[in-house]
Amino acid sequence: MLNLLLSRLATAIPSIVGVVIVTFILTRMLPGDPAAYFAGLAASPQAIAEIRTKLGLDKPLPEQFVAYIGDLLHGNLGNSLSTGQPVVTEIATRLPASAELTLFALILAVAIAIPLGVLAAVKQGTWIDHTCRIVTTAGVSLPVFFTGLLFAYVFYYLLQWAPAPTGRLDVFLSAPTHITGFYLIDSALTGNLEAFWGALSQLALPAISMAIFSLAPLARMTRGSMLAVLGSDFIRTARASGLSPRTVVFTYAFRNAVLPVITTLGMVFSFLLGANVLIETVFAWPGIGLYAVNALITSDYAPVQGFVLTMAVLYVVLNLTIDFLYGLVDPRVRLDS
Amino acid sequence: MTAVPALSVPALSVEDLSVEFRTRSGVVKVLEHVCFSVDKGETVALVGESGSGKSVTAFAVMGILDAAGKVTSGRAMFGGADLLALSEHDLAEQRGRELSMIFQNPRTALNPIRRVGRQIADVLVRHGGATRNDAPRAAIEMLKKVRIPDPERRAEAYPFELSGGMCQRIMIAIALACRPALLIADEPTTGLDVTTQAVIMDLIGELAGEAGMATIFITHDLALAAEYCDRIVVMHAGHIVEAAPGRDLFAYARHPYSAKLLAATPGETVSLEQMASIPGGLPDLRRADLPACRYSGRCERRLDQCAQPLPQRTVGERHVIACWNPL
Repeated sequence: MLNLLLSRLATAIPSIVGVVIVTFILTRMLPGDPAAYFAGLAASPQAIAEIRTKLGLDKPLPEQFVAYIGDLLHGNLGNSLSTGQPVVTEIATRLPASAELTLFALILAVAIAIPLGVLAAVKQGTWIDHTCRIVTTAGVSLPVFFTGLLFAYVFYYLLQWAPAPTGRLDVFLSAPTHITGFYLIDSALTGNLEAFWGALSQLALPAISMAIFSLAPLARMTRGSMLAVLGSDFIRTARASGLSPRTVVFTYAFRNAVLPVITTLGMVFSFLLGANVLIETVFAWPGIGLYAVNALITSDYAPVQGFVLTMAVLYVVLNLTIDFLYGLVDPRVRLDS
Repeated sequence: MTAVPALSVPALSVEDLSVEFRTRSGVVKVLEHVCFSVDKGETVALVGESGSGKSVTAFAVMGILDAAGKVTSGRAMFGGADLLALSEHDLAEQRGRELSMIFQNPRTALNPIRRVGRQIADVLVRHGGATRNDAPRAAIEMLKKVRIPDPERRAEAYPFELSGGMCQRIMIAIALACRPALLIADEPTTGLDVTTQAVIMDLIGELAGEAGMATIFITHDLALAAEYCDRIVVMHAGHIVEAAPGRDLFAYARHPYSAKLLAATPGETVSLEQMASIPGGLPDLRRADLPACRYSGRCERRLDQCAQPLPQRTVGERHVIACWNPL
């Protein structure tokens, strides 16, 4: 099992190197001149050239790349031009916000999609099955920014049930003591009920929008996988042995059916990381998605590179987790390593 | 069937069993008026080509037909109750404890991600054969009984770590864990090599004999059926065409189909050149105008009479045929 993880980790290194190279080249190829942007509209050509020299942008690309790698090895992702802050600190403070949103949405989606898919498969052709089909179709066909906007309009503007979509916490509340960076966990740990409810109510709309979006593939895969497993020979054996329906469905069928669901879970998680960018923009969520969008608009290289690199590392960690879960469920995978 | 000697007590008696499958292309009459019985301690073979309804008969008795399959008539008397009339809950109580089944393809018939010892233990715990704590030891006992070497270690194995023959032994251990009164073995040796086949058949025969268990052995291999079974029931297209003690059937098959089937079975005296294939195929069971005798389309001895409902003729001791113009 450990060998499996180590070997997967080793294969991840080339992809990270690739990501470093590609993001560097891509950001240099973007239209727009950071020096001009930084200097401001009224700046003279001399001033722009001066800034360009100061930022090292006048040097040839290979030289810039070597400097970038050097910084990277020292854990330095550069400074943001627009805020002047080091990218590492900014990402570190913003990552928990994105992570809390994404994980909360994912847990919500899993908690609904898996029981729904299992029930739809076990009671195939009943109203539960039809509900599952409607939910999955709706989930696939509604883009996440649209559900986000719709929710904000209906639940904040029309019904006034939800607070204003302006970030993680109402302006009048102070953030809970920093422990994990996750407001829900931190406020629960410190017993700060007011902050907990505040954070939860802010989190609800963006998280539900993202959950609806990720629910569809999960529920559909659970249903399909369960149906395939329920029709297999060993389920017939289990039934012929008189095992109780509960044992047949959960111990025998579900554990086998969960394998492709785990794969889908990994895929859905990466969709969510992408959807984050949109949903954070809609709800003014102070996460890394919003940070990257703002940096991209202003041709601010360092944060964009930092964002893409963070995402790449997250993907690698995610895939490792998936592999680990797979090995945990399926003994055949363990043997392969 | 009709003449049951006073001595034998049927463990299972299937009467007038008919099964239909609803498919997109119409209703398939898979079984029609199937009657047969198995006595305590007796081994009966269900023989026929693929699609003749052997497995469906077993599945119907076990109550594990696909959702599309429906029993339209008949009874399956077992231990004083009609299995076909039992609720799913009551039937599940019987399955695995009183009546068990072994399937073909032992590799796919076992849960791929559960240790085999636990799969045996699951059945024991379910039917009160052992408590949760004793179950692992009881499972190892069962592995010993089906002669798996090094049972303590094998109990911890997953099916993919075992050979096909080993997996079939595990299947047998699962099926016999609660000492059932009836065992249905559905082509238990298909897909195993010939030496393993004999070992598995001997094992089933021996364990069944020890427990005085009734056994239904489903196969398309007449030679294997003759070797291991007391009686042979020949099926064709969802009908039972002939039922006879194995010796009698081999000596003098009366139904034209059984005779052809015997002629198509390789034996010591028949060389491959002399072996005959049976002309034609099974009739399309979706047809509304199926002939009374479903073999008549392929039969060389067909008479005008054959369009009338099939007779049940007793032609010897426990030898019954359904034919107007027998050999």
